[in-house]
Amino acid sequence: MPQYPNRQFLDFEQPIKDLYEQIDQTKKMAEKNPKIDYTSNIQQLESLIVEKRREITANLTPWQRVQLSRHPDRPYTVKYIDKMTTSFLELHGDRNVRDDKAMVGGFAQLDGETVMFIGQQKGINTKTRQLRNFGMANPEGYRKALRLMKLAEKFNKPIVTLIDTPGAYPGLEAEERGQGEAIARNIYEMVRLKVPVICVIIGEGASGGALGIGVGDRVLMMENTWYTVISPESCSSILWRSWDKKEIAAEQLRLTATDMKGFGLVDEIVPEPIGGAHWDYTEAAAILKKHIIKTLNEIKPFSAEQRVNQRIRKFSKMGFWDEVVD
Amino acid sequence: MKKDEDIETNLSGNAENREPDSGATAEAREKWYKRFRKGITTSTAEKKETPEGLWSKCPECNYICTTTELKENLFVCPKCNYHHRIGSDEYYEILFDNNEYIELFSNIRSKDFLGFTDLKPYQKRLDEIHAKTDLKDSMRVAVGKILGSEMVVACMDFEFIGGSLGSVMGEKFSRAVDYAIERQLPYMVISKSGGARMMESAFSLMQLAKTSGKLSQLSDAGLPYISLLTDPTFGGISASFGMLGDLNIAEPGALIGFAGPRVIKETIKKDLPEGFQRSEFLLDHGFLDFIIDRKALKERLKQVMVLFQN
Ligand SMILES: [Zn+2]
Repeated sequence: MPQYPNRQFLDFEQPIKDLYEQIDQTKKMAEKNPKIDYTSNIQQLESLIVEKRREITANLTPWQRVQLSRHPDRPYTVKYIDKMTTSFLELHGDRNVRDDKAMVGGFAQLDGETVMFIGQQKGINTKTRQLRNFGMANPEGYRKALRLMKLAEKFNKPIVTLIDTPGAYPGLEAEERGQGEAIARNIYEMVRLKVPVICVIIGEGASGGALGIGVGDRVLMMENTWYTVISPESCSSILWRSWDKKEIAAEQLRLTATDMKGFGLVDEIVPEPIGGAHWDYTEAAAILKKHIIKTLNEIKPFSAEQRVNQRIRKFSKMGFWDEVVD
Repeated sequence: MKKDEDIETNLSGNAENREPDSGATAEAREKWYKRFRKGITTSTAEKKETPEGLWSKCPECNYICTTTELKENLFVCPKCNYHHRIGSDEYYEILFDNNEYIELFSNIRSKDFLGFTDLKPYQKRLDEIHAKTDLKDSMRVAVGKILGSEMVVACMDFEFIGGSLGSVMGEKFSRAVDYAIERQLPYMVISKSGGARMMESAFSLMQLAKTSGKLSQLSDAGLPYISLLTDPTFGGISASFGMLGDLNIAEPGALIGFAGPRVIKETIKKDLPEGFQRSEFLLDHGFLDFIIDRKALKERLKQVMVLFQN
């Protein structure tokens, strides 16, 4: 996790940066005046930082929440797996085209139990961002995910997916290899998986690219994430015919964890450290781990048949309509 | 050659969904489309009084013929075989014996649960379309006989907010599956859609999971599911039931894909190859079982039913 001064700050996080700078200045003064004790000043500033982090995240607009979900310092899938589990064995390839680096997966031990983890992976610098294709999987990524899910099913291991994608990759080869079919197949097969499946939105939950690994017995959303059918930017460009309405689109789409929980489209909100997951990876992972274990214990008792039927019922209930008398 | 169409624009509900006409202005195309619709829907007697509604120009080859001639040819260009975009009314008339069918679940209507407002409130948009057309939503479901074989056929109407997938389509689809299972009938869906209905936000996304779950039940019941893809089929449709057919079939020349051509072009910053995302391209890449001319569709469906059932 990057520490100040290597931390990056979003525009609305600027007041926190200012406090860090004040600490820097105070430390410099302390060097100049060794006789004066500045410890309490620095401690006060540090507690102000925590207070500011709390204050900022308490009053976020939906668009700011989207920005936070994309925070460059935010932890990604592999980071969570590293922090939550032991003995992670990453598995590669769709056995057909290639290994999609935007989608990662493998077995790991969670609290002494083997679990299959699958998720989109973003990069942390220019080079790895390209390698990971910004978390936008190609069809082979979805097919790799499905292969790993079937592997987990064969050995009767639960599946946890960690979702963080700006969308499935809209490329030429992706279309040639059937991006639509790959996502459709995953959705269909995930409904039918005999083992427990938990899906967690850990960052961006954009449309079919997210749902392609997003059908489970329980769907959790971390506090500072978004999940809906289209990104606010694309929605703005299509419905408002302008790229400038992303803030309004983010509001109208009702894409925050609170909205989604309120609509019954996700089951639970996973809290994040004060100010967001990027402030404390260890704590963020510890909270998530606790929620995953609790949820797994809730859904384990069901038989395979019950599980599949419940999954179908769960998604069948989603939607709103009127029935008129003809 | 046809001008590139921006598939996503249709989903805004702002544009009348029309045939793309080479070089025509938006207004001219809109007028053309209204005339075209009128040509389809008005009776012969009325047509005589509105002669301007009688002519139709093929957007592919510019061939001009009367709408009556076009209709007799099942809205396929007599010269170049271009398949015009038609709605559920036309498909049902083409498919069902003697145009006899029972429409199901027509009382399910969209509503603006989220209070979604873009350039217009969603509810107002719905009310306006309901006032302007007979369509209740972007999908209709019917049961009837195709050369004697009974089948449940769901069909999209592109005119209704770009045939977008929202809660109503998802619910009608689900009930159609239940109906097919109850009566042990095969199920076909005729897709023609730009993708998900953005005004229903995440609810529209969840219809992908909802419909796929229902298909799982249909499959367990051992009943055939045929997905007929027509021009255009994109986004959430191809990322769910559109690509999940026991048979995936398509009309010739239909644009079918996950991401729209404009988005792909902007992403890869290159021109797209000729024929990209057309039915023939999908067949080549292994995503369709076959391409079927509209005029041969009915016979072919009968053949499929016989092969599946006997
Ligand atoms: Zn023609």
